[in-house]
Amino acid sequence: MANKPVSEAELIDRFGPHLNEAPPGGWDAGLQVDRVVKTHCCFCGQQCGIKLKVHDNDVVGFEPWYEFPFNEGKLCPKGVKRYLQGAHPDRLTYPMERDESAPGGFRRVSWEHALDRTVREIRRIQAEHGDDAFAMLSGVSLTNEKSYLIGKFARLALHTANLDYNGRYCMVSAGAANKKSFGVDRNTNPWSDIPLADVVWTAGTNVAETFPITTSYIWRARDRGAKLIVQDPRVVPLARTADLFLPVRPGTDSALFGAVLHELIRNDWLDHDFIDAHTVDFDQAAAAAADMSPRWAADVTGVPAARIEEAAELWGTSATGMLLHARGIEQQSKGTENVMAAHNLGLATGKFGKPGCGVSTITGQGNGQGGREHGHKCDQLPGNRDIRNPEHREFVASVWGCDEADIPGAGVTAVEIIEQIDAGKIKGLLSICFNPAVSSPDTALTARALDKLEFYGVIDFFLSESAQHADIVLPGSLHEEDEGTVTTGEGRIVKINKAVDPPGEARVDWEILLDLADRLGATEYFDYDDPEQIFDELCRASSGGAADYTGATWRRIVDEMGLFWPVPEVGHPGTPRLFEGGRFHHPDGKARFHAIPFRPPAEEVDDEYPIWLTTGRVVSQYLSGTQTRRIGGLVDQYPEPLCEIHPVLARRLGIENGQPVTVRSRRGAITLPANVVETIRPDTVFIPYHWPGAQAANQLTNPVLDPISKMPEFKVAAVSVAPAEPGGAS
Amino acid sequence: MTLDHDHDHDRDHDRDGAGVSGVRGRFGIDDDPVFVIDQSRCIGCEACVQACMECGTHRGRSLIHLERFDRATTTQTAPMVCMHCEDPTCAQVCPADAIKQNEEGIVQSALKPRCIGCSNCVLACPFGVPKYYAEIDQMMKCDMCTDRTSEGFAPMCASVCPSEALWYGTVEQFHQQRQGSLLRDFFFGRQEVRTKVYTVVDDVTTGPIDVLGGVTASWLDDPFAIEEGAS
Repeated sequence: MANKPVSEAELIDRFGPHLNEAPPGGWDAGLQVDRVVKTHCCFCGQQCGIKLKVHDNDVVGFEPWYEFPFNEGKLCPKGVKRYLQGAHPDRLTYPMERDESAPGGFRRVSWEHALDRTVREIRRIQAEHGDDAFAMLSGVSLTNEKSYLIGKFARLALHTANLDYNGRYCMVSAGAANKKSFGVDRNTNPWSDIPLADVVWTAGTNVAETFPITTSYIWRARDRGAKLIVQDPRVVPLARTADLFLPVRPGTDSALFGAVLHELIRNDWLDHDFIDAHTVDFDQAAAAAADMSPRWAADVTGVPAARIEEAAELWGTSATGMLLHARGIEQQSKGTENVMAAHNLGLATGKFGKPGCGVSTITGQGNGQGGREHGHKCDQLPGNRDIRNPEHREFVASVWGCDEADIPGAGVTAVEIIEQIDAGKIKGLLSICFNPAVSSPDTALTARALDKLEFYGVIDFFLSESAQHADIVLPGSLHEEDEGTVTTGEGRIVKINKAVDPPGEARVDWEILLDLADRLGATEYFDYDDPEQIFDELCRASSGGAADYTGATWRRIVDEMGLFWPVPEVGHPGTPRLFEGGRFHHPDGKARFHAIPFRPPAEEVDDEYPIWLTTGRVVSQYLSGTQTRRIGGLVDQYPEPLCEIHPVLARRLGIENGQPVTVRSRRGAITLPANVVETIRPDTVFIPYHWPGAQAANQLTNPVLDPISKMPEFKVAAVSVAPAEPGGAS
Repeated sequence: MTLDHDHDHDRDHDRDGAGVSGVRGRFGIDDDPVFVIDQSRCIGCEACVQACMECGTHRGRSLIHLERFDRATTTQTAPMVCMHCEDPTCAQVCPADAIKQNEEGIVQSALKPRCIGCSNCVLACPFGVPKYYAEIDQMMKCDMCTDRTSEGFAPMCASVCPSEALWYGTVEQFHQQRQGSLLRDFFFGRQEVRTKVYTVVDDVTTGPIDVLGGVTASWLDDPFAIEEGAS
C-alpha cells in the first residue's frame, strides 16, 4: 500500500511546498555571524564554491568565495538563494509512518520503530519474493562517500541486484559513450581549457540557464576571438550573440554531426596523423557518413545546409576547439549515439589532449560525475568497475572483506525498476534523494507503480512528491548538514563542509544507512566513525579502476582546492586534462571512432500528434524542484510551467500569448499557459519539467530507453497542441 | 549582521585570479576599480537581483533593475545599476536636498529624514534608476554596495554575475581581459551626462552610437530558416 494517504491538498498543507522568503528571524534580524563555512553549492555539477554564514545552528546568508578558482565568487540565482533551504518550515525533523488518520497522512514515530519496521518489511518481502524483489533508488546530489556507501549497502546489506540512481536520467548517455570512445568516463577537460579554444560549439546545452557560470568561460574564449556555434531547437540566451546558430529539430542531432563529419572528410579538414596514431575504426565512421551530405541533413534536421557547411569549416579549420554537450543530445533513445557522433568530430580533427581541445559533456547533477563512478549504478562497482567482470568483482570483494559470490550481479536501471514494480516483480523500495514521481518519464506509469509497492521507505529532507507515497519516511540530511566530497563536472574532487547539524531528530544519511545495515545483519561491513573513513575506503576500492582516486585525501582536496582524478598513486598531482599525448584509456591506448548511421527518434510526429515536444529546465529551478520550489525568490522568477510556442504555429492553432493550451501525447495531457515566442522552432514546443502532478511535463514524455545507456527519451515526443477546453486537460 | 570575510584563512589559499590583489572581487587601497555593464552578455538569470537583496545596507530589498525587452521576440535582458553620474540629475531636481554623493562619487539613496517622497528623482533620472517605496516613504537606489566597496570588495551583483555582464575591476584589467570599448559619456537631448559606471560598446572612437544598434545580416534575421523553407 503506497498510494498517497490523504488528499494532495492536505499533504501540501502539512508538508509544502511552502515558500521560505527570508533568512531566520527575517531580513532585519541582525543576527551575529558565528562562523563562515567554505563549501559548494548544493545544486548543479558546476559545484560553485560558496561561503555560508552561520548563526547558532542556522545558515543565515552567504558570501562569495572569490578564492575558489572555478567560479571566483560567481553564482547563479539558485546558488545565491540556496541557503534558504535550511531552517525551512517544510523540513522533516522526525521519522514518520503513513497513517491515513493523522494530520497530513503521517504520524510521528521513533527512530527505533521506523528502522525496525523498514527492516522487517525488507526481510518479509525478500523471504516471500526473493532478494531482488526489494530495490533501491539513489541520487547523485549525494556525496561520493554516500554514493559509495549506498553501492555497498545495496549489495552487502540489502543483497539486491536492483540498485540504480537518478543519474540514469542525466549523465548515462555521455558516460556510456565516453567509455566506448575513450575507455574512461570523465569529461575531457578542465574548464580552464574553454578560454583557450578558437571555436566553442555548444550542442544541446542551454548553458545560460543550466550552467550559468560556464557562460563566463565561453566569453573569455570569445574575448580572445573565438567563434561560438550553438546547436539547439531554441534561441537560448547564449545563442543570441552566437556566430552561428544550428536550429536542430529535436531528435536529429546525430544526423547533424554525421553531415559535419561528411564535410570534414570531403574538404580534408582532418588530422591524419592523429587519426593514424591515436584512433581506430575511422573508416567505419567515414563509411557511415558517406551519404550524410549537408543537403540530406538539412531535410532531416531543419538546419540549412549552408550553416552545416559553415559549422564544419569553423570546426575543421580551427587549430583548437571545444564541443560542449549536455542533456539535449543525451536524453534521447539514441543519446549514446549522438555523443559518439560528437566524439567522432573531435577525433577526426585531433581535438583531444591539447590545450583548448576537447569534446566534453557538461555534467548535470551536483555529484553527477563522482556519483557515477563509485558503484551505485546497477551494473557498476567502485572505481567505475564492471559488476559483471570476475576480476573486478574479486578485487572489490577483497576490499570489502566479503566473498565474491556475496556481491549480487547486475540489476536493472531506474525506469526498468519502475516498470518491474508496475509488473509486480519488485515489491519493495528504499529510495534516497530521488523524486521519480516528478523526474521519471510518463508520470502516470510512475504513480501507478508507486501505488503497487508493498513497502516504500524514503530517506529525504523534505516530503517530496514521491515520498508522499511512502510507508516510512526517515529524515536525512541536507547538503550543508554533513561533510564529504563531490566530483564536479570538471572531474575535480572538492570538499563539502558541514555548516550546521541536522535539525530535530533528523540524522546524517550515512548514519541512517549504517543503522539499517546493522539491523540487516551486515554490521561487519559498515564500521565507520565518520565520512572520511568511507572516503579512504572508497579510494582503496577505486585503486586500479577506471576512476582511480588512490592518491586522493581530504587533506589534499582542501589544500589544493580540488584534485582532478585520475590520481593513481600517492603524491600524484592529479589529471586536469585527459588524453595528453593522444593516450586514451582503452588497453591499446587508442580512441574508437564509431559508425553512427542516423535513426529517427522512437516516436515521430504524425497526423494525430503533429508537433515535436522537447523538455528542459529554467534557470531558477533545479531538477524535480524538491528544494527550489520551496524557495520564495526562485519561485517568483518562474512560478509555473509555460509552453513555449512559435507565433507561426500559435497563429495556425488559434493560440494567443498567455492563453491556456492543452498539450497531449500518447501518455497523457497537460494544460498550461502558452508563451508565444519567436525563439523556438515553429514545429516544436518546449515545456520545463520541474513541477509535479497536473503541472508535470513528464506526463507527456516517452519512457522508451536508449538501448545502450537506458536513458529515457525526455527530449523528444510527438504531441498535439490546442487551445484548452474549459476545465482543462482530462 | 556583520560581514565576516574570513580574511586570514583566505590568504593561505590565494590563487592567481583576475583581481589586483591576486583574487577576483577584492581590491587594495591603491586600486581604483570601476563598475562595468555589458548588456550583451546578460543571460537574464537574475542572480544579481537575488544577490542585491543580500546587501547589508538594504537587506531583503533588491535595488538593481533587470529589464526584459520583449520576450516574444528575444531573450535579451538588461541589468541596470545606478550609473552614479558625476553631476547627478536626481540630486539636481531634489527639492529637499536629500540625495548626496560621497567622496568616491557614489550617489546615495535619499536621506530618510529629508526625503519628502515627491518622486522628482524617479521621473528625472535619465537611466530610470531611483524608485520610491511608499511603505517606507523614501527613495532608494543602488549605492554600489557601500558596505562592500568601502572594504575593498566587489558589489554583490558584480560578484555573482555568472556571465560577467556586470563586472568590477580596474580599467587596465578590463582592457587586458575583454573586448570592446568603455563608454561613460551620454547625451539625453542636450544634456550631457558623465557617469562613474561604464557600459561597453564595440568601438567608442566611431562617434555617436545608436543604442538601438545597427543591423547587420546574420542568422538572427531568420533563426529557423522559415524564409528558406527548411523548417
